[in-house]
Amino acid sequence: MLIQPPPDIASSEITEERIFLNRREFIHTAAGATLGVATGGLALGKDAEAMSLGQEEIPNVQPGPFGTDEPKNSFEDITSYNNYYEFGLDKRDPSRNAHTLTTSPWTIRVDGHVAKPADYHIEDLLKGIPLEERVYRLRCVEAWSMVIPWVGFPLSTLINRFQPTSKAKYVEFTTVLRLSEMPGARRPVLDWPYVEGLRMDEAMHPLTILAVGLYGKTLLNQNGAPIRLVVPWKYGFKSIKSIVRMRFTADQPRTAWNKATPNEYGFFANVNPTVNHPRWSQRSERRIGRFFRQPTLMFNGYDDQVASLYNGMDLRRFF
Amino acid sequence: MSLGSLKRAVFVACVLPVLWLVGRGFTDDLGANPIEEVTHQTGIWTFRFLLATLAITPLRYLTAWSRFVPLRRMVGLFTFFYACLHFLTYGVDYWFFDLDAILDDVINRPYITAGFTGFVLLIPLAVTSTHAMVRRLGGRRWQQLHRLVYFSAGAGAAHFLWQTKIDLRRPGIYVGCLALLFGIRLWERFGSRWLSKVTR
Repeated sequence: MLIQPPPDIASSEITEERIFLNRREFIHTAAGATLGVATGGLALGKDAEAMSLGQEEIPNVQPGPFGTDEPKNSFEDITSYNNYYEFGLDKRDPSRNAHTLTTSPWTIRVDGHVAKPADYHIEDLLKGIPLEERVYRLRCVEAWSMVIPWVGFPLSTLINRFQPTSKAKYVEFTTVLRLSEMPGARRPVLDWPYVEGLRMDEAMHPLTILAVGLYGKTLLNQNGAPIRLVVPWKYGFKSIKSIVRMRFTADQPRTAWNKATPNEYGFFANVNPTVNHPRWSQRSERRIGRFFRQPTLMFNGYDDQVASLYNGMDLRRFF
Repeated sequence: MSLGSLKRAVFVACVLPVLWLVGRGFTDDLGANPIEEVTHQTGIWTFRFLLATLAITPLRYLTAWSRFVPLRRMVGLFTFFYACLHFLTYGVDYWFFDLDAILDDVINRPYITAGFTGFVLLIPLAVTSTHAMVRRLGGRRWQQLHRLVYFSAGAGAAHFLWQTKIDLRRPGIYVGCLALLFGIRLWERFGSRWLSKVTR
């Protein structure tokens, strides 16, 4: 574990996303015009390719306070091996099908026990928030894992802005649901839309982030563009993708996998090698890209930071 | 087509899935989690070969077409071959046969218990597949022993269904085919008796 000091860059120094996007657009257009004259249609083809990938370089990403120096998984692995059932059940389906999802414009509904409920445009939400790189382990409940360099910011930054009331004990997140753009969601595999949730102290924990990019670029759709949750000490299905709603609740949210098979997927879903999935072992995992399995660590190796959240709780019961 | 060339053709067809898998391995086409892909592929092919083996007799019942009966031994042995590859992949996956981890799985994970049972039940069938063994056991006893394949198939079906995370559609189709083949056999054996009872 590599602990680095938090970034001390003033928010005033950071270019607003809308402005930098505009700037990029300007550079693109200018470069396209110049190159276009020189090379004819060639530059256009390149631009179209970049646009179909939907990726933009994110400037001014600072190293975050938490990270790991373990080798990172390749961009190819991270973007081609995904669970995003709204785009199909096979690991390769999301990378094949997710390009149909429109991620701009994007609004997030904030409601429930909160002082500032509203439908927020994502650009307005991100305004002035410094983005950091967080290299996190991700452990899937299916016993595979990756190391991913996310670009994001602490979820607590947004929550503080929304000002939840004292009644708010949980945050419930909802993934976008558009049947016309999500072929996998036409089948009732899960009770759509996908819903996840965190207890308020989990949501406010400094390890919990909202990610908007990885490897320094904006997220691809299969990874949950334009904005997703990352909770590194919990099984991957907790880290909900393509968020369109955050609701602050008094009661524990009814989450998608928990509704589907409550005896297999609990609300907490903390990575725990001593509590097996009813059907398979959680003692070990395969790090994608490595040949041999490796032991799974308690709280996915983040026990120093998060174990205290669960003091006195029976983790066998609250799995 | 003579029986000899039919046999050769079927042999080649039976080898193709493993060659295709090896080819995908060499061209880096197995995805981000190659061992998982090989485990899934060898597993699904084991089940397909099992269905093919078990389809030969019902095919004869339905069509009086007995051309494939001499091929049953070969197709059955290929079932065992793919089951071995499937089990080997699983064994290698667990740190080259970490016996503690495997034992824990076999005892505590019902889908592994079922899969392992199905595999073990195939071993005596493969061992007694030669002409010499048929002669040594005698046709009747040999046939009784080889009814184990039904239990092996049942265990394989449970293994397939229980390892599925949420969407039972695909294993459902395979297990449905198996149930159909079982149904035809049961009908052939008991159907006329049952029919005469109800029509009397």
